[in-house]
Amino acid sequence: MSALLAIDMPYWLQTILRVLGGTVAVLLPAGTIVYVFLFKMMSFMQSRLGPMEAGPYGSLQLFAEVGKWLQKEDLYPDRADKFIFKIAPIVVLTSTFLLVAVVPFGPDAWFTNFEAGVFYALAVSSVSVLGILIAGWASANKYSLLGGLRAAGQLIAYELPMVLAVIGVVIQAGSMNFQEIVMAQNAGEIFGWNGIGNPYILTQMVGFIIFMIAVQAELTQTPFDMPIAESELVSGYMTEYSGFRFLMFFIGEFATAGVFSLIAAALFLGGWGIPFAWFGWDSMDSIDNWMNIVGPLIMFTKMMVLSGIIMWVRFSYPRFREDQLQKFAWKVLIPVSLLNIMATAILKVAF
Amino acid sequence: MTMLGDRQQLAYIASQAADARVNVELETEGMTLNIGPQHPATHGTLRIICRLDGEQVVWAEPSCGYMHRGYEKLTEVRTFPQVTALVNRIDWLGSFANEVPFILAAEKLMGIEAPPRAQVIRTILFELSRIANVGLFLGDLGVQLGAVTPVFLAFRDREYVLNLIESATGGRFHPNFDRIGGLKDDLPAGWIEETRAVMKKLQGFCDQMEDLLFGNEIFLARTKGIGIIPRDVAMQYGLSGANLRASGIDHDLRRDTSLPMAWNKADWKVWTHTDGDAFARCWVRLQETRESCKIVEQLLDVIPSGPIMTKVPKIIKVPEGEAWVATENPLGEMGYYVVSKGDLGPFRVKIRSASFNNMSVTPWLLKGVYVPDVITILASLYFILGDLDR
Repeated sequence: MSALLAIDMPYWLQTILRVLGGTVAVLLPAGTIVYVFLFKMMSFMQSRLGPMEAGPYGSLQLFAEVGKWLQKEDLYPDRADKFIFKIAPIVVLTSTFLLVAVVPFGPDAWFTNFEAGVFYALAVSSVSVLGILIAGWASANKYSLLGGLRAAGQLIAYELPMVLAVIGVVIQAGSMNFQEIVMAQNAGEIFGWNGIGNPYILTQMVGFIIFMIAVQAELTQTPFDMPIAESELVSGYMTEYSGFRFLMFFIGEFATAGVFSLIAAALFLGGWGIPFAWFGWDSMDSIDNWMNIVGPLIMFTKMMVLSGIIMWVRFSYPRFREDQLQKFAWKVLIPVSLLNIMATAILKVAF
Repeated sequence: MTMLGDRQQLAYIASQAADARVNVELETEGMTLNIGPQHPATHGTLRIICRLDGEQVVWAEPSCGYMHRGYEKLTEVRTFPQVTALVNRIDWLGSFANEVPFILAAEKLMGIEAPPRAQVIRTILFELSRIANVGLFLGDLGVQLGAVTPVFLAFRDREYVLNLIESATGGRFHPNFDRIGGLKDDLPAGWIEETRAVMKKLQGFCDQMEDLLFGNEIFLARTKGIGIIPRDVAMQYGLSGANLRASGIDHDLRRDTSLPMAWNKADWKVWTHTDGDAFARCWVRLQETRESCKIVEQLLDVIPSGPIMTKVPKIIKVPEGEAWVATENPLGEMGYYVVSKGDLGPFRVKIRSASFNNMSVTPWLLKGVYVPDVITILASLYFILGDLDR
């Protein structure tokens, strides 16, 4: 491996750096997505300007909003289960932070390098379900309860296609380690031509589409936003939250969109890498040091593209009904992803 | 504590126990969900009490009156010309259309008729307020179904219509422009050309909505087959407007009655749909917006010259008598039953507003649907709270 981050550092310093890096990796995408897509792209689609006052073109609007939320009183309903009510947003946000821990940003720029990174990512992403469910239950509000239960049903239904879609990638790469999946894509070749590596979006197109649909449902974004459903359930499980705790849900929502986009980029779009053939790299060790700087930028670009698609769909589609969503998951997505796994496995053995 | 007699107390306890027993025997534990009075789907203050079994509604009842402003009573202490200022707040999205039937009723009692020019301009303004109203419905429908974008497009394009209404009448929402015997003012210069351009834009808006919503798979899945009102039920509950026509009943007061208005001067079509579901209601409204644009475009060509007011006395006293006039308003049939005793003001006015009757079908309609469909059905029935509670 290259030596940029291999300086001898005491364990506590590494830990602090990782925590800081993780915070940046969660909050920076969240802030960017909120500003670029929620404030500006959505406004553009709806023929309005969006925030324009705070900072140039409203770029500091988010800070104003955060400041506003921080000043608000930490309210909780009289009959709420107070302890559970208060930890629910923390649980949701924790899941996002746990998720970003396995995302690689460069040859050495990672927080942890798990062997079973994919497995871990899929496992911790469902922790947020728990947070949403207890938020819905603890609010002592009928709308919140309906929203929480819907969320539980929906998120469990969509874990499955997501896992199955990723299995195709895992079979093709032969590893569950994110770094090796990225390596396999960038060092790979398409019928002997290695000009663009072998990003799995080409061979795993079906898997990619299913993964993105499942991500959309996992994030409870329109068209799968029944747990929130402003017009029906008045924001569902978030109804009773205000101030800082609402802010946590809000950050959680958009940060998770960013982190899932990062994961999708790593799994399907070649991650932080550029095709290794361009610079004559052949293994992890031979990669130049500057990739640790360029890698995060590439990841960020890909994240913006993918979360742009997520938000684009979110702003233009109406919402499904809960039973239609379940039908879609169990009758369409899961069979298709199973077929995809079968085809991938057969082709893997054949070639 | 109030003193109850022993017998009363025992009877009370017995009745409570009987209720409890019935509940235990007949019902699983349900949940009563109050949709409203503060809820985005009710666009105002309507309360719908739903008893839920899971997400399924087993019993529902609308509880209205939270926005009752007592217009029927208020008209009794106003003079006839003052009433228009009140009644255009009934259906606040298409407010000019509320004034017309009342003025027509007063004119009927007085035995006068507006001059032809005023009739045509009245009809144009009537149709413009329909476009402003139903255009917003098309956008609002998206919001109720979870799509945030259409409503902004609807607000944008409604603004063109409101600007027209404002430049002609001086009021964006509450024109208060209709007078007994004609209109307050003539049209401003350049208004006709501007209206033509706006009608082009609105036709484009309808096409856009059709692309954005009516061609969307999710929209179809959410509205097709939801909230079906059969023909006979629609007639029994006294539905009117697009809700009635979506159930396959070809009934439009603009065509079927002979009021002194100018609808018969234009060539247009009454759209009906055979399905009677939420999609049919939305689709009929979309087509009606287009037809309204056509009516306005055609009437702009045939505005006759002449006075804008007939001769009416300075102080209007309406002769004794009773009159009923109903028109096809944006929300449905709206009528005024005006009783006059020969005074300056009406003796009694009964307002028949469309939303109240359209709402009355909800207990029947909401039985057995899911909570998201409650919202779809309410959105597709399209009521306005001012019109519902008056």
